[in-house]
Amino acid sequence: MNSTAVFRAEGIGKSYPGVRANDDVSFQVDAGQIHALLGENGAGKSTLVKMIYGLVRPDQGRMSLMGAPHQPADPRAARAAGVAMVFQHFSLFDALTVAENIALGMENPPPRRELSARITKVSHDFGLPLNPARRIVTLSAGERQRVEIIRCLLQNPRLLIMDEPTSVLTPQEAELLFATLRKLAAQGTAILYISHKLDEIRTHCDCATILRHGRVVDSCDPRAHSARELAAMMVGGEMRDIDRSGRQAGEVLLKVQDLSLPAPNAEGTALKSVSLELRAGQILGIGGVAGNGQEELLAALTGETRSASGTITLEGADLSPLPPEQRRKAGLLTAPEDRLGHAAVPDFSLTENTLLTAGARKGLVRNGLIDHRAARSFAESVIAAFDVRTPGPHVTARALSGGNLQKFVIGREVLQDPRVLVVNQPTWGVDASAAAFVRQSLLDLARQGAGVIVISQDLDELLELSDQFCALNEGRLSEPCPTEGLTLDQIGLMLGGAHGMQEAAL
Amino acid sequence: MIRLVPRSTASTFWQVATPVMAVLATMIAGGVLFAIMGHDPVTAIRTIFWDPLFGPAAAYSRPQLLVKAAPLILIASGLAIGFRAGIWNIGAEGQYIIGGLTGGAVALAAYPSEGAWIFPAMVIAGAAGGWAWGMIPALLRNWFGASEILVSLMLVYVAQRVAAWMAFGPMKNPEGFGFPGSRNLQQYPAASNPELIAGTGAHWGVVAAAVAVLVTWVLVSRHIRGFHIRAAGSAPRAARFAGVNPATLVAFCLGLSGALAGMAGLFEVAGPAGQITDKLGTGYGFTAIIVAFLGRLHPVGILLAGLLLALTYIGGELAQLTMQLPAATVQVFQGMLLFFLLGFDVLTRFRIQRKGQS
Repeated sequence: MNSTAVFRAEGIGKSYPGVRANDDVSFQVDAGQIHALLGENGAGKSTLVKMIYGLVRPDQGRMSLMGAPHQPADPRAARAAGVAMVFQHFSLFDALTVAENIALGMENPPPRRELSARITKVSHDFGLPLNPARRIVTLSAGERQRVEIIRCLLQNPRLLIMDEPTSVLTPQEAELLFATLRKLAAQGTAILYISHKLDEIRTHCDCATILRHGRVVDSCDPRAHSARELAAMMVGGEMRDIDRSGRQAGEVLLKVQDLSLPAPNAEGTALKSVSLELRAGQILGIGGVAGNGQEELLAALTGETRSASGTITLEGADLSPLPPEQRRKAGLLTAPEDRLGHAAVPDFSLTENTLLTAGARKGLVRNGLIDHRAARSFAESVIAAFDVRTPGPHVTARALSGGNLQKFVIGREVLQDPRVLVVNQPTWGVDASAAAFVRQSLLDLARQGAGVIVISQDLDELLELSDQFCALNEGRLSEPCPTEGLTLDQIGLMLGGAHGMQEAAL
Repeated sequence: MIRLVPRSTASTFWQVATPVMAVLATMIAGGVLFAIMGHDPVTAIRTIFWDPLFGPAAAYSRPQLLVKAAPLILIASGLAIGFRAGIWNIGAEGQYIIGGLTGGAVALAAYPSEGAWIFPAMVIAGAAGGWAWGMIPALLRNWFGASEILVSLMLVYVAQRVAAWMAFGPMKNPEGFGFPGSRNLQQYPAASNPELIAGTGAHWGVVAAAVAVLVTWVLVSRHIRGFHIRAAGSAPRAARFAGVNPATLVAFCLGLSGALAGMAGLFEVAGPAGQITDKLGTGYGFTAIIVAFLGRLHPVGILLAGLLLALTYIGGELAQLTMQLPAATVQVFQGMLLFFLLGFDVLTRFRIQRKGQS
């Protein structure tokens, strides 16, 4: 093997009760390489990087870093050996400044002034503008990620692991990130890059290792393959084409007029005069970086927050004063982003979870009394129709994988035959085949004459599904424009461009 | 080394087994305590748990079981509904006292007229009084975000003062030779809550407790409202998504548990206690919290736990009489029971795993 390998894994294995998370995994990451780790959810990517970062210990096999054996007992040891990791979910204290947050993560933080100077220097060198004196709460998701990245860069890592870093970024911010990664690679750092987004892997990564069911099934140069081929390697079969045919825009179903709501709390976003129109058979995509009012808009549509009268009408009927169950009765159904704890009660069985939304439309509740048998048979029909992999409807929601629970949650709404369905982040953290299934079910629903609103951060998903696209930015909704012919650049501009592209004011 | 591993689904076996284990552990720890105090532990445990039902004086003590269990079960049934929703009414004792006062007030106002309406009106007034006292923490929480735990608890002490004032002032028996306390309702047929079947201890409160068990069982297991309550306790955002209004839920739970506690207070005033005194509150409202948890917040569990705790009351009194054990014995026992229950509860959510070295 060649001598530039920074990291090498040989025959790594790891079992959890009932699951073989990793089995005989071998691969290597070279200096200066951006190496993609590809695979569906549950393919073993997280377990693998957790072992490299010292969070989990392998049962079998050897790892080496810079030629020396790598057996970190904990993340601290892994960091000392030269491994850094940027997690998908940030661990930052909102009330503290950038410099304070970075100091908290260091073993021996230098004096604050010196640290600030170093942060400024590193952020300049790598083209990641960041003001060390700003409080985290004032930063966009992209800027928060920069804090995490700079925190890593200050350790001069030999191997940098990035877990789905672009899921929270606008296209422009993602470009900025890749420019940084390139610079870093040019200095000889090895980068292990985890993502679901096949297109960005094809453009930016030098090498890809593909995992399926815990094993390495292939490794390739992603630039030499199409996204379809990569997806096929991941799922081990041909991807089904999405069928968009057979839909016609009909009469207006849902109308939102001049909807304004104050921010629900300090972290929330106020909705500012949001208006939209949804026709039968139409899919409206709402893009935007998380935290720009997506959750608030969904809450206003479900009825969790009530808005001024006349702001929300369904087929001419004013829904604004109605509580959630009345809106469902009228035909406006929703599926929130957070599956565990919002769209479903984690400790309740799937049968019980049908009662959250389907009580009235499916006749599961009559005169206030629950028909448990009807609820169970409805849960069974959701499981069957949406291919939810679970031993049965008695299983708790918590026990399902993300993709399976998402199929259940979407299926629960789709099978209620809604007039309008609003979904937020329908495929977030869901593996490719489950995501394709969910998307197809939304298209099928629209073909049958329902209106669908898809709120998502995944622009590829929006382009694939929607007829009309609009962007939600700081609580304002842009004018809709037809998706046909829209480019990623135009969309990026609609989303408000990259946040914080200007040099940090110091 | 042992390690606790979280279970993905709470164990049904341990949900039933932990209360039983807690009772056994309480007996053992109590026995050790008695041994240290110089009493024979086996005799003491037998005196508390066995003699009230089957001992020489059982004919007297057995009816007491229902007399003591009824208020506990009635109050705990209401509390459990709120606890399932994560709404913590700690002040049932206060609602019990106020219910006794408002219900008793109807009787004292009607005295000496006779009428079939008097007793039902007292029950309604008692429930209304407890409901109103429970609504104070509910409204303060909904309007100002005040903790219902603290407000309801502090209102217990307010209620005790009100009871003392009433017993020494407005409700004092005018023919009572200056003694504090109201007229004795046991001597006022239209208002009294007598033993319905001789020798059983069963009065109207026992009937009410049985109804409460049945109704809350239906509510929790069959009714959509009970489903919403459980959802709100387990995942508040999901409950909101389903259409639960948190403020309404707070008012419903505190109001319901207040009304049941108030009713229990009235049955006590009109029955076993017989009159309003400054000692109206005897701790049923607090003990009912233990009953609710020991019964796993489940109506049937509460029924069994209520009977068990009633047994510790009677057995404790018996042990005081026959063995000169201190009066605090009962409270120590009840405290230990809750302590062990919460401790063993870990087993329903976690598995114990033996770990090799490191």
